[in-house]
Amino acid sequence: MAELRLIDAINQALHEEMERDERVLVLGEDVGRKGGVFGATEGLYDRFGGERVIDTPLAESSIVGVAIGMAANGLLPVAEIQFADFIFPAMNQILSEAARMRYRSNGAFGCPLVIRAPYGGGVHGALYHSQSVEAFFAHIPGLKVVVPYHPGDAKGLLKASIRDPDPVLFFEHKKLYRMVRGEVPEGDYIVPLGKAAIRREGKDLSVFAYGLMLHEALVAAEEVAKEGIDAEVVDLRTLRPLDKETLLASVRKTNRALIVYEDNGFLGYGAELAAILAEEAFFDLDAPIMRVTGPEVPAVPYAPPLERWFMPDARRIAEAMRRLAQY
Amino acid sequence: MESKEARGVREIESRHQALGLAGEHLLEMYYYMALARALDERMWVLQRAGKVPFVISGQGHEGAQAGVMYAIDRDLDWFVPYYRSVCAVLMKGMTPRELMLSLFAKAEDPSSGGRQMPGHYGHPRYKILSTSSPVGTQYPHAVGIAYAAKVRKTGEICVVSIGDGGTSQGDWHEALNFASIHRCPVVFVVENNGYAISVPQELQMAVRDIAVRAQGYGIPGYTVDGSDVLAVYAVAKEAVERARRGEGPSLVECKVVRLTAHSSDDRQEKYRPVEELEAIRSVDPLVVFRHYLERAGIMDEAKYTEIHTRIREEVDDATTYAELAPYPDPLTATRHVYFEENGE
Ligand SMILES: Cc1ncc(C[n+]2csc(CCOP(=O)(O)OP(=O)(O)O)c2C)c(N)n1
Repeated sequence: MAELRLIDAINQALHEEMERDERVLVLGEDVGRKGGVFGATEGLYDRFGGERVIDTPLAESSIVGVAIGMAANGLLPVAEIQFADFIFPAMNQILSEAARMRYRSNGAFGCPLVIRAPYGGGVHGALYHSQSVEAFFAHIPGLKVVVPYHPGDAKGLLKASIRDPDPVLFFEHKKLYRMVRGEVPEGDYIVPLGKAAIRREGKDLSVFAYGLMLHEALVAAEEVAKEGIDAEVVDLRTLRPLDKETLLASVRKTNRALIVYEDNGFLGYGAELAAILAEEAFFDLDAPIMRVTGPEVPAVPYAPPLERWFMPDARRIAEAMRRLAQY
Repeated sequence: MESKEARGVREIESRHQALGLAGEHLLEMYYYMALARALDERMWVLQRAGKVPFVISGQGHEGAQAGVMYAIDRDLDWFVPYYRSVCAVLMKGMTPRELMLSLFAKAEDPSSGGRQMPGHYGHPRYKILSTSSPVGTQYPHAVGIAYAAKVRKTGEICVVSIGDGGTSQGDWHEALNFASIHRCPVVFVVENNGYAISVPQELQMAVRDIAVRAQGYGIPGYTVDGSDVLAVYAVAKEAVERARRGEGPSLVECKVVRLTAHSSDDRQEKYRPVEELEAIRSVDPLVVFRHYLERAGIMDEAKYTEIHTRIREEVDDATTYAELAPYPDPLTATRHVYFEENGE
């Protein structure tokens, strides 16, 4: 099995799906000749040509809107939004159209569409190249939301997303693209949507995270392990539909829950996890649910000391783990 | 009989004189263009040397910006820039130190206190509206500023700029529509360098000249060679005067060249042919304008040296100043999310 980076795994999944099914096509800004600003679509233009690898005009609303029409008429579009921060011009198309197409037509029309977008901070991206936008979309019934951490998952989940009959938002942490390598099974490897993965088994407390924060949580878990705290680290992978069973089972085992996300805390994705745990696992908890999140400012500032100030990291997560373990 | 050279000089002189410009005006424009270029080049050097993580700038766009900004009232009027507006914001009053402070993301950066990436200009004192990254959002803002100027009878007009790719956004079209209905005193500038990162104009739009779109909104549209400062000035002046007279907006498309990669994160050799990259050097607005000034007898070797010596000193000073300036204190990071009673 090959050890690949996240970016390579995504590229491989796109190549394989386009090869396997000619209905699959890719569209977005700079996805063609340039191969994407991060290189995710590298090589697709040369292999499949301009009809199936479309360098679109600089207009996100039409990238998604046109993709919705393509999906209605037999294609399987994978739209790229260059940065998650620039998905908002397409918000109306995603929320009002893609998410509601099936419901409003009473099941007559579907919307098999994938929207990929790099998200997250820690890369000197400042306010508009660092945002975590998953909560906006995870809020919406009709959408599915995926955030891979492991390169193998990135391939398997992207393939599952492309084959899914409903619209999927696929958020890739840009700092993870070239940061870690992981085993990526060759060939037609699928990771089903809606299943979390336990990345580290533990008995003292459970940490729930995704994307870059999952990586930081794993680092923190090894750190506190030296002090005798045995943390379980759960990779949520699919934020909607959520794998509630794995979430609840883990807390029933460890009786302590720490939720980590990079977005600012207030009404972020982890707020829903906390609500579910409070509703359904209250009597299993030996300690208050804790969160480590980004601070309550609109976005990640640029100057290095400010960016460091913003980003939740292994150190902060380890501190929270220690406090939680002491309860 | 008059010599060929003498006739050349006379024709040239008649060009700028016909526009009401004297030699000193042209030298001021040249100074700003050359200053913008020198600062811009220094920014790239600093990025390459690992002193700053990122640069995005305007090499090749200086002529268009100088021509437009020279046509407005730089004290009275508003400007809504974009990330290539290096020369324009300098002409609007920002200093080399201020630009370098934003490059280094230092606390004293007047645009954002080090919060935004470089190139996101803004300055309340010079009526330069704060800018974001999402392409196109600035166009409607300019319309609102112009509308307010009309309602409040301030006499101001507003100039807004964008690239060719940005004209694909709904915001761009919606702004033109709104402004033309209400005859807002705004000048819509497009700095068309033929690319949006790697996407060439023919994949961006099916028209050759963006200015033709003005027709769809019932306003005048001009296409002008952005490497020809005087041609840009002439067109911009018309648009500014029309706005000032209360007759409404105009669209000015300046054909420019992007001499660098899109940003320090891009490699343009991947999608632009070498011949093209060589050819655009010949229409470098700075070279073209220098040539004009020399032929018109406005700038000789000594003048050139004098200007460039001054510029080198300013760029050195700005670099040192900004490099030594302190970063913002993380304790300030939660400030200005909302209005503060005693907020600076
Ligand atoms: C809404 C939005 N989508 C995508 C981007 C990423 N992006 C930044 S600049 C750029 C290209 C802009 O091209 P153009 O408008 O032609 O201006 P130029 O850079 O050529 O001057 C893109 C796609 C963005 N900043 N905002």
